[in-house]
Amino acid sequence: MPVHSAELAGVRPGRRQALLPLALLALAALAALVLAVCVGSASPGPGALWRLISGEGDALARTLMFQLRLPRALAAFAVGGLLAVAGALMQVLLRNPLADPYVLGLSGGAAVGALAAMLAGLGGAVVSGSAFAGALLSTLLVFGLAHGTGSWTPARLLLTGVVVAAGWGALVTLMLAVSPTEQLPGMLYWLMGDLAHARGPWPPLILLALTLLILAPLGRSLNVLARGPLQAAALGVAVRPMEWTIHVTASLLTAMAVSTAGSIGFVGLIVPHMLRLVLGNDQRVILPACALAGGTLLVLADTLARTVIAPEQLPVGVITALLGVPMFLYLLYRSR
Amino acid sequence: MGHLEVRDLVVDIPGRADGQPLSFTLAAGQVWGVLGPNGVGKTTLLHTLAGLRAPRRGEVLLDGRPIAAHGRREVARRLGLVFQERQDGFPATVRETALIGRHPWLSPWQMESGDDLRLAEAALARLDIGHLAERLVGTLSGGERQRVSIATVLAQAPGLWLCDEPTNHLDLHHQTTVMALLAERAAAGCAVMLCLHDLNLAARWCDQVLLLYPDGQACWGHRDNMLVPSVLEHLYGQRLASREIEGARVFVAVP
Repeated sequence: MPVHSAELAGVRPGRRQALLPLALLALAALAALVLAVCVGSASPGPGALWRLISGEGDALARTLMFQLRLPRALAAFAVGGLLAVAGALMQVLLRNPLADPYVLGLSGGAAVGALAAMLAGLGGAVVSGSAFAGALLSTLLVFGLAHGTGSWTPARLLLTGVVVAAGWGALVTLMLAVSPTEQLPGMLYWLMGDLAHARGPWPPLILLALTLLILAPLGRSLNVLARGPLQAAALGVAVRPMEWTIHVTASLLTAMAVSTAGSIGFVGLIVPHMLRLVLGNDQRVILPACALAGGTLLVLADTLARTVIAPEQLPVGVITALLGVPMFLYLLYRSR
Repeated sequence: MGHLEVRDLVVDIPGRADGQPLSFTLAAGQVWGVLGPNGVGKTTLLHTLAGLRAPRRGEVLLDGRPIAAHGRREVARRLGLVFQERQDGFPATVRETALIGRHPWLSPWQMESGDDLRLAEAALARLDIGHLAERLVGTLSGGERQRVSIATVLAQAPGLWLCDEPTNHLDLHHQTTVMALLAERAAAGCAVMLCLHDLNLAARWCDQVLLLYPDGQACWGHRDNMLVPSVLEHLYGQRLASREIEGARVFVAVP
């Protein structure tokens, strides 16, 4: 994505031009998906790819691409999109660019849920379900405690989240310490994020699409809310219902992402922030852009994760961090 | 156009006794000044009148209906509030900030139209900040940011203006620009209420004055009956000298 210093200096593209970045991001997402399907131990050329898509060619290659790689790539796309949108929502809710589902302890709760299921010798769907339950429990805990008896402030919520996340972290370490050695690699992979065990891509994809549809008419209200609850109320936003909608939605998105692919950090923090630096902060543009860019980032990262040292696979969370950190620091450095 | 009726209102300030209930009508064409020392509850009163806080007792009627009976959006179409404090969340340009004033007038699916953009641009020009439209609000000076907040309410086009120290941070020329703008809105049928610390602005631009005392007492009425040196000396606990200059009283604090 090209970044011009003029854009970073605060000259924002107009409303009509906002469609251009979205179109570019959609193209990039498509290209990333095609790349992900094609790259690997058996890579077809363009001609062979076309034959495979039109239903001819080697049956084994078809199975490999459309039943193994494509679902995994779609799952990666959905998870990346969910995480980025959840991050963007949390940041608006707390008016703090540091907020993200991971900082707020959601992923910690999910990790504890998943590891507990693994420790109990359970697998598959139970691990996902347990992670989901852990994420939701963490949400309720953080919001319940942050509400407390006094008033609700973003700083208090953020602090509560950070402390709860630290608590989950300690529990995770405890569980790793008492786990039998043969279970450790699986647990560690889960903690760093891993799409190898992602089941069907459809639940997260459908949730992502539904969320964007539901949020579309709320975009301008979100823009107003990002300027503070009093200002938003004075401009006609029903602040409290709006805040609950955002929080429940972001929690649901994170829980789905984490239960699909483990705990992949960083996407929710970095993608919205990078997009804001380039596109401004109109949620009507940022939210769909987050879905596309977050998805693209994770598809590329997952493709790298399974090919760099093939046939061994790396945890995708390592790749997102290694790609994202320098990119983010560069943008931040250039921005002012 | 704008009409706000206050009946036996007791503002809810935690830990403070009830004080005198307020009953007055802020009618179209009037400019009210609210005066009182720091911490007396001027901002809380304004927020209560805007429906952002529930009163302890009494009621606020906006255009004849209790303010809570209007939806938030309906209130925002009728009543605009210039805040004293601004919360800076994410970076936004001056133009974007003025444009959010149009929010209550747009349905959820509607994008801002060319008309909305023209209203926002006109509001910026009216406050001499048209040339800053592309700048980020965070990079402006205090006075320029104050004018951006006022331009946002101007774009909102309410019939009722509540302004919390609208001349804060402004130089003398722009203080006059802003007060003239508010007087112009009142002449066009709006009702205006301002919290002020500057007695001279109140004496020149307000026709009704509400005095809030630290002990919970309050009095209100026509400017000429309220802006009396002995009353104001009691209000602020400060000795004042006063002269008539160009048709308005001028007050100076003297040690």
